[in-house]
Amino acid sequence: MTTLAEPVATVPIRSGGRVLRRLGHNPAGVLGAVLLLVVVLAGVCAPLLAPYPPAEVHFTTPFQQPGTVGFAFGTDDLGRDVWSRVLYGTRTSLEVGLLSVLLAVVAGVPLGLAAGYWRRLDALVSRLADLMLAFPFLLLAVGLAAINGGGLGNAAISLGIANIPMMIRVVRAETLRLADSDFVLAARSMDAGPWRILGQHVLPNALSSIIVQATVIMPAAVLGEAVLSFLGLGIQPPAPSLGIMLSDAQQYLFRTLWPGVFPGIALALICLGFNLFGDALRDALDPKTVSEGR
Amino acid sequence: MGRYLFHRLWQSAVTLALASVVVFAGVRALPGDPALAMAGEEADPEALAALRAQLGLDRPLPVQYLKFLAQALTGDLGRSTRTGIPVTQMIGTTLPVTVQLAVYAMIIAVLAGTAGGVLASVYRGRWPEWLANGFALAALSVPTFWLGILAVVYLAVQLGWFPASGYVSPLRDPLRAVYYLTLPATILGIAHAAVVQRQTRSSMVDALASDYVRTARAKGLGRAAVVFRYGLRNSLIVVTTVVGLQLGGLIAGAVVTERIFGLPGIGKLTLDSVFTRDYPVLQAVVLVITGSYIVINLLVDVLYTVIDPRIRVSGRTL
Repeated sequence: MTTLAEPVATVPIRSGGRVLRRLGHNPAGVLGAVLLLVVVLAGVCAPLLAPYPPAEVHFTTPFQQPGTVGFAFGTDDLGRDVWSRVLYGTRTSLEVGLLSVLLAVVAGVPLGLAAGYWRRLDALVSRLADLMLAFPFLLLAVGLAAINGGGLGNAAISLGIANIPMMIRVVRAETLRLADSDFVLAARSMDAGPWRILGQHVLPNALSSIIVQATVIMPAAVLGEAVLSFLGLGIQPPAPSLGIMLSDAQQYLFRTLWPGVFPGIALALICLGFNLFGDALRDALDPKTVSEGR
Repeated sequence: MGRYLFHRLWQSAVTLALASVVVFAGVRALPGDPALAMAGEEADPEALAALRAQLGLDRPLPVQYLKFLAQALTGDLGRSTRTGIPVTQMIGTTLPVTVQLAVYAMIIAVLAGTAGGVLASVYRGRWPEWLANGFALAALSVPTFWLGILAVVYLAVQLGWFPASGYVSPLRDPLRAVYYLTLPATILGIAHAAVVQRQTRSSMVDALASDYVRTARAKGLGRAAVVFRYGLRNSLIVVTTVVGLQLGGLIAGAVVTERIFGLPGIGKLTLDSVFTRDYPVLQAVVLVITGSYIVINLLVDVLYTVIDPRIRVSGRTL
């Protein structure tokens, strides 16, 4: 935990070295970073680590127990190697998560900046964000996925769009706060235009909030992808996805549970990594915050 | 207060109206054709056109929307294109299931969450806090639908403690109804318990460090009295808000839970109508869920200002 007795910082952003040092002192944050490293390595190196292509079937060896020679995590109903599928599924989860975060940032940050700076735009943008927030997140994601159709790109787009309104809110609130600050007033008095003020003064100071929000979106998008795929609205078979593996496993779980255990553990580790790291990062970036859930 | 109430009511009505447009347009944007789904792939074009005219699908979208709106305002949500049953009747049978599930889950979440939050704040830096925080973090990270599948296998099938699926109406047999919903409600409530735990903990930590708590302790008041009467009571304001905001999300979250446990709720109806392109059912169901979400948010906002008068309403809230 961070020390709460520290004097309140006047400039919210902290130097990179300081943040890293604070993160290093937080055991939960270190654990999260290590988990993330393992998960990302597993996803990136999936083609190297996986002994089989994820969709390769072995009809002669279905329902192998974990620990069988050649199939470390066992096989599923079609004899597909669960270890290979978990690796590729992790890769898919990370791809969808990353794309969703990118989309939410690319669309949400400029809109949030504009809404916080220009009052006229604010009415329009905030209403739009409010309208999107009127739908529960899961329902919005399911609806968008049903309209966009399945597949990795479409799932990422649906989850990214569903995350835009919260990003707008965060950036808008930061912009409102910063636009009133003395250094923006000083910049304005030196005849700085809106682009200069937003780009050089507001955005860099809002960066920490944006990064923290990104660490909130990432696990939500990973879980969202799994839910959509589980419901049949996300990744389409035979493409590997942890959510599809769980949905498949549910159909034959009375014969063997193992093909359903490993993808769940993988999902939990990904999300735990992002949650731990995100919490620690928030504490490190802002000494005032006591970590709280959304 | 009166003006604020009016303002919020008006705002919610506008949001709901806009949401209905979005839902209507969104449902029409779904790939696929309900007439084709009804008539089958081999239907001849004339029969298909006749069916479209009968369903009103041949008219311009704004006309279709206005007709839908006019009927909806009189309580007529149309009929399912798949079964022909009135949509209001379908919602009438499925919504109570989901509401029971959501309320039961919320009760579990509040009880477990406040208990964990109080423990964590009272025993700061000691093992009960680590335990409670660890549980909360795990509950937020583990996909609950995965937990649901595991629970079905272990608790329901192998140990036989709970039924694996099914639903019993509380009107027929209240005890069995609770018994059948316990496992799904626990699974649905776990993640929300984590949110309540974190919220309770952080506001309890603030409350216990405040001056009035120190004064109470200085007066010689017992530890339990201070924790519950001064700490918890003040934290409940924040917890109420969180609980309200979560309740709307719970109804949407029931989509997955109902699928795992085979419950005939509104979440199952949503998914079924998505896959069968049942426009009237889908738009009504999404509107009902969204509408209840908006109404709950409104109630929470109003309740919040009643509980805590310090909250002032400004035009540009942060």
